[in-house]
Amino acid sequence: MNAWLRSLSPTEQVALLFLAVFGLLAAVSTFTLVMGFRERRNPQRDAAWQEDLAHVRGLLRTTWIMVVVFWIAWALGEGFATVLFALIGFFALREFITLSPTRRGDHRSLILAFFVVLPIQFVLVGTARFDLFTVFIPVYVFFAIPVAAALANDPSHFLERNAKLQWGIMVCVYGLSHVPALLLLSFPNYEGKSAFLVFFLVAVVQTCGLVQHVAARKLQRPAFAPNVSRSFEWRSWGVGMAVASVVGALMSFITPFKFGQALAMALIASVAGSMGHLVMKAGKRDRGIPNWGQRGVGVTGANGLLDRVDALCFAAPIFFHSVRWYFGV
Amino acid sequence: MFAAKLLGWLLLGVVRLLTGAQARWVGCPPKAEQRIYFANHQSHIDLVMIWAALPEELRSITRPIAARDYWAGTPWKRWITTEVFHAIYVERGGAPDPNAATEQGAPPPDPLAPLQPLIDALESGDSIIIFPEGTRGHTGEPQKFKSGLYTLAQMFPDAVLVPAWIDNVQRVMPKGEVVPVPILCSVTFGVPIRVEPGEERRPFLDRARDAVIALRSV
Repeated sequence: MNAWLRSLSPTEQVALLFLAVFGLLAAVSTFTLVMGFRERRNPQRDAAWQEDLAHVRGLLRTTWIMVVVFWIAWALGEGFATVLFALIGFFALREFITLSPTRRGDHRSLILAFFVVLPIQFVLVGTARFDLFTVFIPVYVFFAIPVAAALANDPSHFLERNAKLQWGIMVCVYGLSHVPALLLLSFPNYEGKSAFLVFFLVAVVQTCGLVQHVAARKLQRPAFAPNVSRSFEWRSWGVGMAVASVVGALMSFITPFKFGQALAMALIASVAGSMGHLVMKAGKRDRGIPNWGQRGVGVTGANGLLDRVDALCFAAPIFFHSVRWYFGV
Repeated sequence: MFAAKLLGWLLLGVVRLLTGAQARWVGCPPKAEQRIYFANHQSHIDLVMIWAALPEELRSITRPIAARDYWAGTPWKRWITTEVFHAIYVERGGAPDPNAATEQGAPPPDPLAPLQPLIDALESGDSIIIFPEGTRGHTGEPQKFKSGLYTLAQMFPDAVLVPAWIDNVQRVMPKGEVVPVPILCSVTFGVPIRVEPGEERRPFLDRARDAVIALRSV
């Protein structure tokens, strides 16, 4: 089996990976579909059961969409993947800005963020100019944005407004741009297989989030920082970290890492991802909304994309730079 | 016309990309009956927003009003307004308030004249979208409604009056800017209202305004 897998070309291996994921998803979907027909004797239990099932169905739908999107991105090549993540970044930033109050004086800075910074950042990624793309936003943009805002002649809440915009750019543009950047890292003996690295990162971060969510529900312990997150506490967080790291380590055969390295990398990614999720939660609480999406403040029409990708936004840059620094690629 | 249709598609794509153009039908379903939508007015592109938020089937039978001084400025604007949006031109400022005229005892200077294009559209069976504030507000709080809505409601008692709240548009393109910024906007449609038997002009207009404002926090 192992020998046969090794004999395949990188493209075939990635295709096989997608086939496996699609197969797994199809199996789970069929299972939930069948379970939907089941009727509990106790009507009260039945209602709760159906509600749980609806929740699972919602999760499954998002997962399906994400996997299909990843598959299309991979099938059409790295350039397309970069464009895809640029679009995701655009929509995420749109959501972020919608829910952060801006003033008239911010108009020019916002134009700069959406139509200059975002395209340039992703072009830099697409052309693999790693040195420049790492410093472009923290150095040049963070200097240019307040300048544009100051020229707008509106001093009220000046630092707050700029901080908000810079944070939005940092999370939605800088963070997300590191996901396609992974595709362009060239490890020795790993050509054409960088898609596995993206899969590794996404799988680890998602596993961590999911396990942490389930563990928090099962353990029912008091929240550590209830004003920010009603579910976050250290024990379920630890469970999430542990499971995600082990999952990452078990996937070491698809990465350029050895078992221990994969474990460490998975741990780094999940710590960054889960903490990032917590940070974005604090931001949401500050705005007085439970979600970036519809359920909280329907009036904006946001669809909650940022809720899905916030962990990835934080994990991607840290993962990327850890990998680059440690392996010197 | 093919060019108009193509541009309509293109524009719809751009508006959706920038603002999401989400329609929220909280008070009534989208339905092909004769309606008068009345909405708050904060930006010239309110017209574009509400046009984009309507479903395809309703878009072709619903005609927004457009201020002539802005939307007829250039041949290009005139073309897009009439061919793509199927808008009705009105003079800014709305109808003169007939109450003021009658109190002084003088005959009103034909209060229906500015409304005539809207009356024509309603008579031909189309739905219309109006902005009863007349001019764009600066504060976010809608201004007092002009009386055109009341006049139309009385002339066409069968038309359903649907309040609508257009959210966030002023942030997309504030006065004086030309490049729009991507910010999510939505149009919320509320429960239809009607002129109660014997209801006076001012109470009705205030009630209509309240119905629009109430949608802000739904």
